[in-house]
Formats: sequence, C-alpha cells, structure tokens
Amino acid sequence: MLIKTKPNILSSEITDRAVFESRREFIKAATVLSAGMMLPSSGHAETGKYANVPVGPYSAKLQVTDRNDVASYTNYYEFSTNKQDSTVLAKALKTKPWSVEVVGEVEKPGVYNLEDILKDNPVQERIYRFRCVEAWSMVVPWIGFPLGDMLKRFKPSSKAKFVEFTTLYNPEVMVGQRSDVLGWPYVEGLRIDEAMHPLTMMVTGMYGDELPNQNGAPLRLIVPWKYGFKSIKAIVKIRFLETMPETAWHRNAPNEYGFYANVNPEVPHPRWSQSRERVLGGSIFTAKRDTEKFNGYGAEVAALYSGMDLSKYF
Amino acid sequence: MLLDKKDWAVVKIIVFLLSLLPFLLLVNDGINDRLGANPIETLHFGFGDWALRFLCITLALSPIKTITRQSWPTRFRRMMGLFTFFYASLHLLVFIVLDLSFSWEAFKDEVPKSPYILMGLLTYLLLFPLAITSTKKMQKRLGRSWVKLHKLVYVAGGTALVHYFWLVKADYTEPLIYALVIGILLAIRIVVYYRRTASL
Repeated sequence: MLIKTKPNILSSEITDRAVFESRREFIKAATVLSAGMMLPSSGHAETGKYANVPVGPYSAKLQVTDRNDVASYTNYYEFSTNKQDSTVLAKALKTKPWSVEVVGEVEKPGVYNLEDILKDNPVQERIYRFRCVEAWSMVVPWIGFPLGDMLKRFKPSSKAKFVEFTTLYNPEVMVGQRSDVLGWPYVEGLRIDEAMHPLTMMVTGMYGDELPNQNGAPLRLIVPWKYGFKSIKAIVKIRFLETMPETAWHRNAPNEYGFYANVNPEVPHPRWSQSRERVLGGSIFTAKRDTEKFNGYGAEVAALYSGMDLSKYF
Repeated sequence: MLLDKKDWAVVKIIVFLLSLLPFLLLVNDGINDRLGANPIETLHFGFGDWALRFLCITLALSPIKTITRQSWPTRFRRMMGLFTFFYASLHLLVFIVLDLSFSWEAFKDEVPKSPYILMGLLTYLLLFPLAITSTKKMQKRLGRSWVKLHKLVYVAGGTALVHYFWLVKADYTEPLIYALVIGILLAIRIVVYYRRTASL
C-alpha cells in the first residue's frame, strides 16, 4: 500500500522556536561579518510560496526584524485594538477567493480577481523600513509589486488626482468592526503621484511566504515613507477620484492624523514626540533610533512635497 | 471568624507575596524572553496597569470597611498604598531607564511634547509624599494634617485616569473601566460623608 506523505508545511511554523532563534543569531553574526555585502534576503522560510522571488529595486540592506515579531504585533482594529489579540482573531478571515473592485475616474473599472491581478503583476521582494505613528518601527521583507504598474492597467483618466483604498467590511468575522472605535470600513488614500511612485507597493507576502492574515492578507498597501496607518490592509476596493478622499484616522481625529502622514521627526504628534522610534527586536537596553525624515526615503520622495509646509500638511 | 495577632501576621505575609506576584511574573517573562515583540512596552504597560489596580484596591479599603463594618481593611491600607507606589515607581523606572535609555536629551525632547507623560509625572509626584509619610512615626508626628495630606490619593487617582485617557489612540474601554471603579469608590465616600454630617 502506498502511503502518501504530506508535503512540507511552512518551516517557520513547525520549527522549534529556540532553533529558529539560534538560526537568527547565526544570521545576525553573518550580517556583521559580511558588513556592506548584499546578503540573500535574510533568515526566513525558504520553502514558502514566494521563497525564490527576485529582489526588487529600493530593497534596503538591513537586518530584518524577526518574523515572529512582525506577525505578532499588529495594529488591526478590524479585529482588536490589542496588538496580540488581532493576531489570533484574524485567523478567522477567509482570503480566498478575493477580488478587488475598481471604480471612479478610470477607463477600465470592474471587479478583478486577485489571481488575475497577480498574473499581470509579477512579485518581487523588497526590504523596507516600516515606521508606525506610535513611534515603533521594524524592517520587513515584503513580497509584492509596484502599485503604479497595477493602477496603470486600469487606465486612470486625467481626472484621477487621488486614489482611495477600502478595507473589507465584514463584522461577522472582523469582530472589531462591531464596535465603533473607528468609522468602518477603514479607508485610506494617496495622491496619484504618491500612488504611482515606484516605492509604493501592493503587498501580498512577506518573509518569502504569503502574508499572514493579521498582516493584511491577501492584499495590502505599503508606503514606506509614511506612517504605518496609511498602509491599509485587506483591500477590496480601489477608487480613483478628482478630490482628496476622507480617510479613517483623519476622520477620527483630524488634528492628530493628516492625509499625508509622512514620517517626520520635526513634526510631533499632538500628544507625543516623533523624534525617535523603538526598533522592534533589540534588547531591552538598546536605545531608540533617531527617526529619519520620510523614514529615510527622502532622496526618492522629498520632491513630491517641494514647496509644501509639512507641518501644515502633516 | 476571629484572628489573633499571629494569624494576622501570616495573612499579611500572604497578601504581601500575592501583591508581589505580578512583578515576579513580569520579571520571569523577561528572563525567559516571553515579553513579546516590544518587551519594554510590555513591562511599561504591565507595571502601569498594576499601579492603577493597586490604587483601586487602596481606595476600595475604606468603603469596604464602612459597608462591612469590619476593621480588617484598615490593616492593609499601608501595604496596598505602598504597592501602588512600588508599581508606579517601576513604571516610571522602565520609562527613564529602558525607554529613554537615561538620555537627558531624549527626556527634554519627549516629555514636554507629551501631555500624558506630564500627567503621569504629576501623578507620581502626588504619590511620593504619601509613600514617605506612610510610616506610623510620620502618621503620629503629622497628626491631623496626615489625614489631610493623604486625601491627595484621590487627586492622584484622578490624574492617573487623565494620564491613561490622554495616551489612548481610539479605544477608551480600559480607562473607562478604571474610571468607573474609581468613580464608584469616590461616590460611596461622598455618600458616607454626607450621611455622617447629616446625622450630627
């Protein structure tokens, strides 16, 4: 009798944590040894769905944050305002099948299957810094493709000055949506030039594998020079607009969260400083890191805001 | 149930160890790398939560005494008050030593920009004189003014709540629960006070 053996499950999920961690220690040591050299993108699942995708442009040569930290510390208010609880609660979300509705100032509106979107847009890996408005940060190897490439296929009209993104609204599964801590559904937006900027990514995976639900599966935005709340999760709708859309956090507290939300150490949040950030994964005795303007992507994006008063358009 | 002096000493030791337990558990989690992705925050919030919980327990003792007409709650007043101060001190220590890494520059930048941190520091300043005058000696020496001074604990309860409300981004559930508890405890005292003055 033939006994079928199961194929490998995610190695990161079955590896004993201590082993996994010691491997990271090795990788850390290797990073130090090969300072300045480009390493094959860090210590994560080589057996995952996206294990062998090419490294894209703008990928930083940085030590990435432990995958466990990235996957267990998420602001996902659709599930919970507790960063650990959302990790568990998000498991209930079904991400297949998934489609994205494209509407507004665009020649090819419609409902697009995620599979088809992924066929048209080959994925790549990019290591980006991620800076939360709460003054913590991490370094994540995202898997995705430039948002602009995808948007161009829908042929935006000349009236399309802004792009609006909407998260799934399903309070039966997204239990956090049953209380009105934020107005639901979550909405975010970008100016069209920000959306078309080659740094801006549509993300479908991380650490060589598919996105965990809590990190925004199956499709999320990543805008590395803006605070994390701009990088909306579980996108079901994209709308092209002539006017600036109202966004979730701005609607909730307009004096605290602006539409632009560019990382900027010179402009404090009304209730806390943005000068420094706690980099996740350090020892408890590691000092905070000085936050960089545009999260260190100033050379690429500062020109988008030339002549603008960034303390007014925060 | 009648307990003699020796029995009360044993009960006090048990209560003391139980009150120390949250501290020991957090330290144990720290040693075993179980504080999660942001260990400093876990320690900081953990100690802050327990400071507030012990403040609630401290404030609850007198109302319990009034309602049950028992004298035992008074025996724990000092200990619970000092545990409030203990966890508040750890909360502040984590902020200064771990979060700010003892950097004066970071302190100068971050504290003035943050109303909730200022409110937290004010709360600590209010608790400080209560902790140092908590001994029997000081209680005797200060006499009536000791009672007046220790009414500051209500003010500290209020500023601690404001500190919590001001740091929250959107979900006020937890500070609202604490506000409800402290509010009820304060209301009981006000009712008791007016009944007493009315019956005079």
